Amino acid sequence: MKTQNQRAWFFVLPVLLLVAFNALIPMMTVVNYSVQETFGNNVFFWEGVRWFEELLNSERFHAALGRQFLFTGIILAIEVPLGIAIALAMPRSGPWVPVCLVLMALPMLIPWNVVGAMWNIFALPDIGLLGYFMNTTLGIDYDMTQNPFAAWATIITMDVWHWTSLVVLLSYAGLVSIPDAYYQAAKIDGASNWSVFRYIQLPKMKQVLTIAILLRFMDSFNIYTEVFVMTGGGPGNSTTFLSIDLVKIALGQFDLGPAAAMSLIYFAITLLVSWLFYTLMTKDDAK
Amino acid sequence: MRKRSLVPIVYIIFLMLPIYWLVAMSFKTTNEILSGFSLFPQTFTWDNYVTIFTDPSWYLTYVNSILYVSINTVISICVALPAAYAFSRYRFLGDKTLFFWLLTNRMAPAAVFVLPFFQLYSAVGLFDTHIAVALAHCLFNIPLAVWILEGFMSGVPKELDETAYVDGYSFPRFFVTIFLPSIKAGVGVAAFFCFMFSWVELLLAKNLTAVAAKPIAAAMTKTASSAGYELGLLAAAGTLTIIPGAIVVYFVRNYIAKGFALGRV
Amino acid sequence: MAKITLSDLKHSYDPNPKGPADYALKEIDLEWSDGGAYALLGPSGCGKSTLLNIISGLLTPSNGRILFDDKDVTALPPNQRNIAQVFQFPVIYDTMSVYDNLAFPLRNRGVDEATVNTRVMAIAEMLEVTDMMGKKAAGLSPDNKQKISMGRGLVRDDVNVVMFDEPLTVIDPHLKWKLRSKLKELHQKVRATMIYVTHDQTEALTFADQVVVMQEGEIVQIGTPVELFERPAHTFVGHFIGSPGMNVLPCELREGAAFFEDNLITLEGAIEQGSGAAEIGVRPEFVKLGDAGLPAIVHKVSDVGRHAVVEAKVGDTSVKAVIEGEVPMQGSATHLSFDPTKTRLYRDGWIATRAGT
Repeated sequence: MKTQNQRAWFFVLPVLLLVAFNALIPMMTVVNYSVQETFGNNVFFWEGVRWFEELLNSERFHAALGRQFLFTGIILAIEVPLGIAIALAMPRSGPWVPVCLVLMALPMLIPWNVVGAMWNIFALPDIGLLGYFMNTTLGIDYDMTQNPFAAWATIITMDVWHWTSLVVLLSYAGLVSIPDAYYQAAKIDGASNWSVFRYIQLPKMKQVLTIAILLRFMDSFNIYTEVFVMTGGGPGNSTTFLSIDLVKIALGQFDLGPAAAMSLIYFAITLLVSWLFYTLMTKDDAK
Repeated sequence: MRKRSLVPIVYIIFLMLPIYWLVAMSFKTTNEILSGFSLFPQTFTWDNYVTIFTDPSWYLTYVNSILYVSINTVISICVALPAAYAFSRYRFLGDKTLFFWLLTNRMAPAAVFVLPFFQLYSAVGLFDTHIAVALAHCLFNIPLAVWILEGFMSGVPKELDETAYVDGYSFPRFFVTIFLPSIKAGVGVAAFFCFMFSWVELLLAKNLTAVAAKPIAAAMTKTASSAGYELGLLAAAGTLTIIPGAIVVYFVRNYIAKGFALGRV
Repeated sequence: MAKITLSDLKHSYDPNPKGPADYALKEIDLEWSDGGAYALLGPSGCGKSTLLNIISGLLTPSNGRILFDDKDVTALPPNQRNIAQVFQFPVIYDTMSVYDNLAFPLRNRGVDEATVNTRVMAIAEMLEVTDMMGKKAAGLSPDNKQKISMGRGLVRDDVNVVMFDEPLTVIDPHLKWKLRSKLKELHQKVRATMIYVTHDQTEALTFADQVVVMQEGEIVQIGTPVELFERPAHTFVGHFIGSPGMNVLPCELREGAAFFEDNLITLEGAIEQGSGAAEIGVRPEFVKLGDAGLPAIVHKVSDVGRHAVVEAKVGDTSVKAVIEGEVPMQGSATHLSFDPTKTRLYRDGWIATRAGT
């Protein structure tokens, strides 16, 4: 049992100061902008909730939000089952396991814009390996700078390439922590492979999978750099996700008020979905 | 059994393909790149790397990146250690709320913070310094480090602390000589993740720097637009950014899998 | 239910064993009759879990055969052997209800729901878990979880043998005896062959009709609890069973008689021919203090409740005796006498006297 000790606050103080400096002050700036209008020169006019109303009724925002949910939904639907399947196929121990894990972790350790640049080079229609293969070998007309479908497919493949390993590593961590006795008992009970997965492996992976899905949700919902480098949100607006749109409004058009309002709503949606998901996943444990 | 091991192998090949293409491209001459498709570099050249290592505007950005990532990792771990200890050992007013609030910062879209950070760090005169980027990345890394370390610390029985006090250890001496060694795997994992997220993040790093602390990844954007004749250089710079990550992940290879499994949600 | 025969069983975890040291099981020949309660007793690492896993089919032995009712099952996988096993840590399926947990082995074998229901309810009745059937198994206490995993073993009526691998390790001490007597009761009800692996002598001696004592991959003695106590076939058994363990005293052999510190010791019977280091073994329960016998000095007295353990020095060797009633003073002189029918000679650890007539 933990002891009650208010002096623990002193231990937390440095973290609190640093994070507060980084989170609270900028957040206050954002809130401040979100209710005002400026024409530069530090002159501000009170606008109330006008930006919020405008944003929530704007088709541009709805479209970006829709694209964002579609993208996040697709990559979760691919990466989570794929990651689990790969983790299940990995040997439980052996000299090759650390080698595999290191190779799998590699994509996650590459700066995000390098990932974007790498996939740009990879997908170049005439001299990229992927582009050349699609156009010349398969004879499919493929160019992600021209064709929205190609752009989506490439970005999704890129994300699968980039992040499936996270799901693999976490699922694998969950799998190796299952004691042998469970598998032995299942063998003796005559359980099928599916039953072993359904009743032993999946329940034991639940905690790490919750973390994996949460992290994947948060990071894919906030995706910016890779997409910006690869398509810049195009062709047209077809890959303009929330973050890309936000940066366009804030830094491109310098519409600080609407950008700030969008930031707050954006953040609120991320929080809300994460919280809902977390509550749903841990509901059973609390009982 | 043999069929099953094919799955990870195919997956790893898929992972390696774009990386191979980047590395292969970095050894090609501009002529070769422009002349068309080739699976292997026909005329193998180090020229692109020579350019990077002789031009300070290239190699200094590399140093910049490593510098702010290291500063960030050190700061994050140093402040996260006592906080994680407090969360794992004590109950105090608002502890749960605080822990959750810390984690919400990990969820914040970086894009939201670009402009406010620019203004904040300009206001305090830290714009275009390594420390500014290091501090900004703390927003994501400290919550993560606290979370991972708390998981590892909760795995250490409380009796260890009590025994040490009975043996007459002061708190700082106990923490450094007894407690830290017993969670060194956790410190390694936390440092790894701090390094990773600070190394790969660019949106904030780019917007908080101009010249003096410009990260390597940002330097690449100057060639990114000029498709074609500088692709080799871009590929070489990209290849170089993979190396630090590869080195770091090699050191923690035995802990990566466990790292998150021990953290608590 | 079945008779179990182990014939010439050897196992090594090393694919190319070089010497006897590489073998986790050296050579096992055993026969267990149908419906008996057996215990495998030995310290950690003596090979008892290896033996258990070979019987259940989780391990294939390097050498030898396993027969259930004279049918060779050595090559069969666990699910075709019709066995059940209860593990050290309770293995339950977290997401299923208690009822579904108990029904799982039956449903996997395609038993119809009506039969499943009667079997599950009968077992639940026996285990006294009927009131928690609808609950999720994850929320149960460790002892109830272990009950459920036992139940999963007992629910099938066609099991050849139920095996227990140190099943009480994680159970609170005050609940241990409850579960232990429950097990004994269950055995009497279902009459399945049961094998109980443990390093705890109390568990082994209270559960089993017959105990197999193992050490370093070898069986050192098979016998009823009384036999193991009264006539250990090996000094290891004498040591391992009983508290305190048997006195093992160095001795000299002269003209076919044993001498301890120059005193002639009368043994249960004639000494068998042979060579090897000789020792005298006598349990503290069969050592008496008195006016006649070996002169000794009382070195230490510890009162352990119903009786006292006296440690006396004969020369430089200490001998333990269990005394009831009045205890001597520390440092006082006394004499020790051994019960001749319970005093034996051991050579290289193995018993070397013929039983007295």
